[in-house]
Amino acid sequence: MTLTVTAAAPSSPTPPTPGRVRNPRRVLPGFNLALGYTVLYLSLIVLLPMSALVLKTFTLTWEQFVHAVSSPRVVASYQLTFGAAFVASAVNAVFGLLVAWVLVRYRFPGKKLIDALVDLPFALPTAVAGISLTALLADNGWVGTLLAPHGIHLAFNRNGVVIALIFIGLPFVVRTVQPVLEDTERELEEAASSLGATRWQTFRYVIFPAIAPALLTGFSMAFARALGEYGSVIFIAGNMPMVSEITPLIIIGKLEQYDYAGATAVAVMLLIFSFVLLLFINALQAWQRRRSGAR
Amino acid sequence: MNQTTQIRRSARAGTTEPVWVRVLLITMALAFIFLFLLLPLAAVFTEALRQGLGAYWNALQEPDAWSAIRLTLITAAVAVPLNLVFGVAAAWCVAKFEFRGKALLITLIDLPFSVSPVVAGLIYVLVFGAQGWLGPWLQAHDIKIVFAVPGIILATVFVTFPFIARELIPLMQSQGTDEEQAAIVLGASGWQTFWHVTLPNIKWGLIYGVILCNARAMGEFGAVSVVSGHIRGQTNTMPLHVEILYNEYQSVAAFAVASLLALLALVTLLIKSVVEWRFEREENAAAQLPPEKPLYSGTTP
Repeated sequence: MTLTVTAAAPSSPTPPTPGRVRNPRRVLPGFNLALGYTVLYLSLIVLLPMSALVLKTFTLTWEQFVHAVSSPRVVASYQLTFGAAFVASAVNAVFGLLVAWVLVRYRFPGKKLIDALVDLPFALPTAVAGISLTALLADNGWVGTLLAPHGIHLAFNRNGVVIALIFIGLPFVVRTVQPVLEDTERELEEAASSLGATRWQTFRYVIFPAIAPALLTGFSMAFARALGEYGSVIFIAGNMPMVSEITPLIIIGKLEQYDYAGATAVAVMLLIFSFVLLLFINALQAWQRRRSGAR
Repeated sequence: MNQTTQIRRSARAGTTEPVWVRVLLITMALAFIFLFLLLPLAAVFTEALRQGLGAYWNALQEPDAWSAIRLTLITAAVAVPLNLVFGVAAAWCVAKFEFRGKALLITLIDLPFSVSPVVAGLIYVLVFGAQGWLGPWLQAHDIKIVFAVPGIILATVFVTFPFIARELIPLMQSQGTDEEQAAIVLGASGWQTFWHVTLPNIKWGLIYGVILCNARAMGEFGAVSVVSGHIRGQTNTMPLHVEILYNEYQSVAAFAVASLLALLALVTLLIKSVVEWRFEREENAAAQLPPEKPLYSGTTP
């Protein structure tokens, strides 16, 4: 980056000439270079390759596209992916809130360690998480040996998919709820209690509404991540067609058969789901900002 | 005196829970963390050492394991600096300037986060693969990108794309432009301003972003799996090597390589926590400085 010095002329009082809006704050140098580089790099790494995906889809006729994205095996994979992602995110919403609550409100030995450990799913490669969970839950694993005699099998079926997605999604909920919980005003809780509310009522009507947007955001982020997750799931799922085969694996399977068009069609479906979720999350965050700004 | 303690105690009772509820909640949270985080982490190391240290060392001295480690290091060594330069450039223009289309730019920077890793790999196959846009041209010039190292690096750059920018943008936005403007008005060059004013202010955010980016770059599986072609000893990164060993029922070897990645994760968490504590301490120290000496090095309190 070669940042050349522009003349140090702080906000000139002259009105901007029509047609060329000058930014009065533009005292700092390097804007054109930084923006130019950002847009170029973004285009090369993200936008151009993504447009290749869209263009590839247009080589299919509508019938071919519909056929590729709605064959029974693919539809079964959507059901599994969405269902497992939903269940896992719901579990994470409950336990993530619990963990965030305990970390913010209570003091206990080893708290800092637990706080740091919450980010483990972000830092641990997904493949490692996948084989490790499989080793634990397989019928001869630490947990599997305890459960197998009772007829509970958590690996190589749909249960395994849910468990892997719980592991992957936990930090999203904790890390979105935690800061909001830290910022809630204790005065409101004191007021509620002095007005005669029980502790549960205070939580239900004062604290929970304040953190609900963050909780929903965390849930959606975990859900969005779970939809696309691949590495941790494939080891534990067993990957039986129609039963425990996730959508990203369908894409891989089609690629391995050199069915690029089919893979692209399913990928586009997955992308559309993700984008709808992304818009939803953005709206949620705007809601959260409005709500915290209004207080 | 006695009355005030009583009032204080009843006030506290209104904003916290009875002891048994607290103990119950803490126990449930710890049990969840133990089952879902600690147990899998412990399993990696015990599985790796199942047949003793000797087997563990032998597994790590396989030439294929070494080439996987080397490729992972190379990939991260290219991808992280690329995204670092991008992150700083993006944060500089987004945080320090106003321009039209800024919200769109931020959304586009976040885009790779909402793309499945498998789809991320697929898009590069569609551009550079044999049937792709540039496929015929690349084949004519004998350049291999997909199913070779450049493809692995590109896919890694894609999935780690937003990490550093995303850490820096909110940090630099909260710091504003006053200090940089002062430096420029006092005659510093743009480069000097960046180096001596901006960089010290964002150093913790920068380290934070870099270690998270690095962890993901070294651990990425889905995207790299699509573009790698799984050529043993050539295009296998560590996570891919783990998969191959695991599928060949070489459990100890698979977990031995996995244990290195788990160690990387632990080191990442350690550095991350240290950075957070340092940042917090500097913030608190800055908050306690008298207003006439605003020597803060973090966000404005």
